[in-house]
Amino acid sequence: MDLPPTDRSHDISQPLDRLSPDETLKHDSDYLRGTIAKGLRDPLTWAVPGDDIKLMKFHGIYQQDDRSVRDERRRQKLEPAYQFMIRVRLPGGICTTDRWLKITELAMAHGRETLRMTTRQTFQFHWILKHNVVPVIRGLHEVLLDTVAACGDDSRGVMATVDPQFPALQAQMGALAKAVSDHVIPKTHGYHEIWYGAERIATSEPEEPFYGRTYMPRKFKIGFVIPPSNDIDIYAQDLGYIAIVDADGNLEGFNVVVGGGMGRTDQAPETYPRVASLIGYIPADKLIAFTDAVMSVQRDYGDRADRMHARFKYTVDDKGLDWIRQAVEERAGASFEPARPYSFTSNGDRYGWIESDDGHFHYTLFVEEGRLNRDKLDALAVIARAHKGHFRLTPNQNLIIADILPEDRATIEKLLVEQGLANSNAQSLIRLNAMACVALPTCGLAMAESETYLPSLLTKIENLLARHGLSDEPITLRMTGCPNGCARPYIAEIGLTGRAPGKYNLYLGGGFHGERLNTLYRENIGEPAILETLDQTFARYAAEREAGEHFGDFTVRAGIV
Amino acid sequence: MTGPHESASALTAEQWNLVETLTGMLTPEQARWISGYFAGLDVGLLRAGGGGAPAVAPSSASAPAARQLAILYATETGNGREIANALAAAARERGLAPTVADLGEYKIRKLKDEHDLLIISSTHGEGDPPQPAAGFFEFLESRKAPKLPDVRFAVLALGDMTYEHFCGAGKRLDERFEALGATRLLPRVDCDVDYEEKADAWREAVLALFESVAPATSAPVAAAAVTRTVPAAAPRFDKRNPFPAPVIDSIILSGRGSTKETRHIEISLEGSGLAYEPGDALGIAARNDPALVEMLLDSLGMNASAPLIVRGQSVDLGEALARNFEITVATQRFLDHWAQLTGTNDAFSVMSSEERAAFLHNNHILDIVNAFPLKGIDPQTFVDGLRPLQPRLYSIASSLSIAPDEVHLTVSPVRFDLNGRRCSGVASGYLADRIEVDSSVPVYIQSNPHFRLPDDDRPIIMIGAGTGIAPYRAFLQEREARSADGRSWLFFGDRNFRTDFLYQTEWQTYLKDDVLTRMDVAFSRDGADKVYVQHRIREHARDVYAWLEDGAHVYVCGDASHLAPDVHEALLTVVEEQASIQREAAEDYFRDLQRDGRYQRDVY
Repeated sequence: MDLPPTDRSHDISQPLDRLSPDETLKHDSDYLRGTIAKGLRDPLTWAVPGDDIKLMKFHGIYQQDDRSVRDERRRQKLEPAYQFMIRVRLPGGICTTDRWLKITELAMAHGRETLRMTTRQTFQFHWILKHNVVPVIRGLHEVLLDTVAACGDDSRGVMATVDPQFPALQAQMGALAKAVSDHVIPKTHGYHEIWYGAERIATSEPEEPFYGRTYMPRKFKIGFVIPPSNDIDIYAQDLGYIAIVDADGNLEGFNVVVGGGMGRTDQAPETYPRVASLIGYIPADKLIAFTDAVMSVQRDYGDRADRMHARFKYTVDDKGLDWIRQAVEERAGASFEPARPYSFTSNGDRYGWIESDDGHFHYTLFVEEGRLNRDKLDALAVIARAHKGHFRLTPNQNLIIADILPEDRATIEKLLVEQGLANSNAQSLIRLNAMACVALPTCGLAMAESETYLPSLLTKIENLLARHGLSDEPITLRMTGCPNGCARPYIAEIGLTGRAPGKYNLYLGGGFHGERLNTLYRENIGEPAILETLDQTFARYAAEREAGEHFGDFTVRAGIV
Repeated sequence: MTGPHESASALTAEQWNLVETLTGMLTPEQARWISGYFAGLDVGLLRAGGGGAPAVAPSSASAPAARQLAILYATETGNGREIANALAAAARERGLAPTVADLGEYKIRKLKDEHDLLIISSTHGEGDPPQPAAGFFEFLESRKAPKLPDVRFAVLALGDMTYEHFCGAGKRLDERFEALGATRLLPRVDCDVDYEEKADAWREAVLALFESVAPATSAPVAAAAVTRTVPAAAPRFDKRNPFPAPVIDSIILSGRGSTKETRHIEISLEGSGLAYEPGDALGIAARNDPALVEMLLDSLGMNASAPLIVRGQSVDLGEALARNFEITVATQRFLDHWAQLTGTNDAFSVMSSEERAAFLHNNHILDIVNAFPLKGIDPQTFVDGLRPLQPRLYSIASSLSIAPDEVHLTVSPVRFDLNGRRCSGVASGYLADRIEVDSSVPVYIQSNPHFRLPDDDRPIIMIGAGTGIAPYRAFLQEREARSADGRSWLFFGDRNFRTDFLYQTEWQTYLKDDVLTRMDVAFSRDGADKVYVQHRIREHARDVYAWLEDGAHVYVCGDASHLAPDVHEALLTVVEEQASIQREAAEDYFRDLQRDGRYQRDVY
């Protein structure tokens, strides 16, 4: 079977000088080493040189600066207040208690006593100074954690459903997420040399048998989901696996979705968010083969000339789904079978106590914006020391104290009370279904506040909902500080993306379980206009909705968007 | 007062007060006239001291024409040099042919051949000589010093009365020359920071002793030291007539969260005709804190509009306290004055000198006035106990070649709590708190020939901490403008990297552009171990020594009590280790560098 001819003027087949400068940078980086080790030793700056900033992303490290003092420091003839964000690789968001305690210890020592649980189920340390990056990464290594590929043009952290409804399947999915993650991350020995101080080993083996010198065209996101929960937002993944089980609940295979992605670039209409397309079904034993096949198609055909057009979603749209299917099948040496039926009910978390069918208990704790400050870290450390199970970080930035034996439930309940966490879940439904990215002051991309602003905006929206008698209606609301979409705002029923300080684009009409993109409704508006618009829309929803109709669905049916 | 002045001048406290009061009221012309008057009365006047006054040589008539006259000075800030040059000029007007030498450059072996020596010496730190003159003092006070029976001498000592060892260096010279058998021409005169008028009077008095000397025809041919010429034309604006310079910019360099508050201040010199070289200092004639003036007036029960005569001019008391008098730190003399007025002499006379020093350290003028209240005294009587407000000097942080008509300063305000009051340094508080952009500041240039860049191709090692970085900014601006190709190495230290890396982005740019070859930093409060510049110097011992051997000039700027000795010690260690020599040889190594102008310090 031969692939139909396709345009290859923008892909890896072209000489480097016809591709984006980042391709040359990767190619010449000596497999992601660059001059990182040297830059870390420069005592005159707490930054690293420009090219190393990009390379360090592949190592899970973002150079950032405190933007709230950037201009002030420039006038003071001081360099920006540089610091680093370090993102842990934590496939499936599964974290043992010893790892939890180590991460807490590192955040307390080096991360300004704060941690953030991300929308991709992992931890981010913020405010790490240059000379503390190595201690943090070595500290993680002590508990066998790393930060490889937590950022960069490579396969990012692999997600997996955390909903404890099917514990055996959940465990299996968690293990697969780990196996796939280990399989797809860069293999360069540079990571060991730079961060662990390992010696460079001379070898004739290729350092990157899969990626080669230029890695992927852009980031590549993989996730596993177990219906009916769509907690990981499968349609936002570049490559998504939807678990299909047999009559006994055993894993049989996966429906595969490709080409999802949230990011868009401000003022670049040719960029867009896209929900992933269902391409077919594969049996479970073909998982790695198909993963390699899909990733290699994107590696070889993805756009490397224009980074704004480099995500897999554009490759899928440019080549067409049929072409992609054919290319993947050829490389996998197997064919997709017709997709199996499945259905989702929600992409949110189920809060509080849940008993799974193996008789274990799980407690989902609401953590606003995923932010763990000193008080919460201290409280959770007490629980971590008593807890015999593990923790799971949810894709909605909450925390599951998982796998509690019935006889231990009382202990955990008591500790939740003692540590002041027992009432954390007593929140409005809109707050429990809201997410925000970090944005200002640390994120270099942010154009407006997000994490720091959403809680107060939610309080005002709660009042509106109460006025219209909608407090019992779960509505998803997600906010980001820029159009990049880290909190997956484009599949929320209400999406707000930052345009300028205090100004947001308002999107309405996303699917309640993440199956449908929302639509831009109002552009570049401030808080009064946001509240006024929502007030009017809530009024109509309260008056005109049908039984069981979600807010997002209503706005579409009513022709509001 | 029972302080240094009394024993030095052989006057009683009361007499001294009268002299001081008179001095404060005199114009320079009047002062010269009076000095001539006193010179005419010389013998009688000198005898009037009686008691413990040192023996004094017979006056002018005995000065033989064949004797050589040398004017020697030891200076840190340049005041001594100015006095020496003015003295030399005045001497030449009288037909004398003096040589003038900086004791930092004076060839010691010439000493035994000298005849008449007029010596001006300032004091540094704990009664120490100015750093360039340290070698001369070491020699003079050692057993190697020759007997000087044929030498006649007079010493003018400069100092600061707020220090315990007031005029210590001048006193040491005065005593040592006497001990070596030299004859004192005139009792030593000790000057406080407002030295000008006393120095003028001393000049006239000392030259009067040479009145009858024949004109210069018989002057010696061989000059014992480097001859310096007096500047042809004095600048229009100087210490006595500062230029009101507009402030162009004033920003806090210390980042948010810093434990310090270091400022960068840019001042315009446009239209002043003032010029400076990298290494020079800017004198600031600051005004006192108006709030302090008000508190003081309040405590004294005096009115700001009370009339007063200061230096022969009438002025409001409030303005005089703001502009003319030092009203923060109390001197011994003020304490005596106030004790006398309040009749509390007994309370202080029982104190040891250490106790008095501690008392003065812990009590400013306002505190003393509050502790020993006295209402209804005449404002004139009060200010008679004060000394004139002195300008403060700041190392200049800019080069005219990069910033024409501008002068930049790096100022860290001195702040402390005293008796429940928030206090600031007079000038640093003035610059930090009371001067805004567009205000004008009275300034003048204070030349500092002991802190100069070498030729463009010479390597330089610059060592500084805190505001001690200032002159190096001037150096690098200058070297950039000149496209100098000499290597440069900057050692900088402060508390915290994040907030106290003064001018960080400028150094980064200089490094990138190769104007600065190398930089090493030490931040003492970032890690568990306190790291200072001297540690960095030791860490890079091999390279530091290699640079020295390549002819590098070494500069040290900053705190005199810690940085300078610690850095000196580190440099000695470096040379000891790297050259495998003993301590004494290492000391010689730096003495030689110093003599050759390759080891220059600007410490305060």
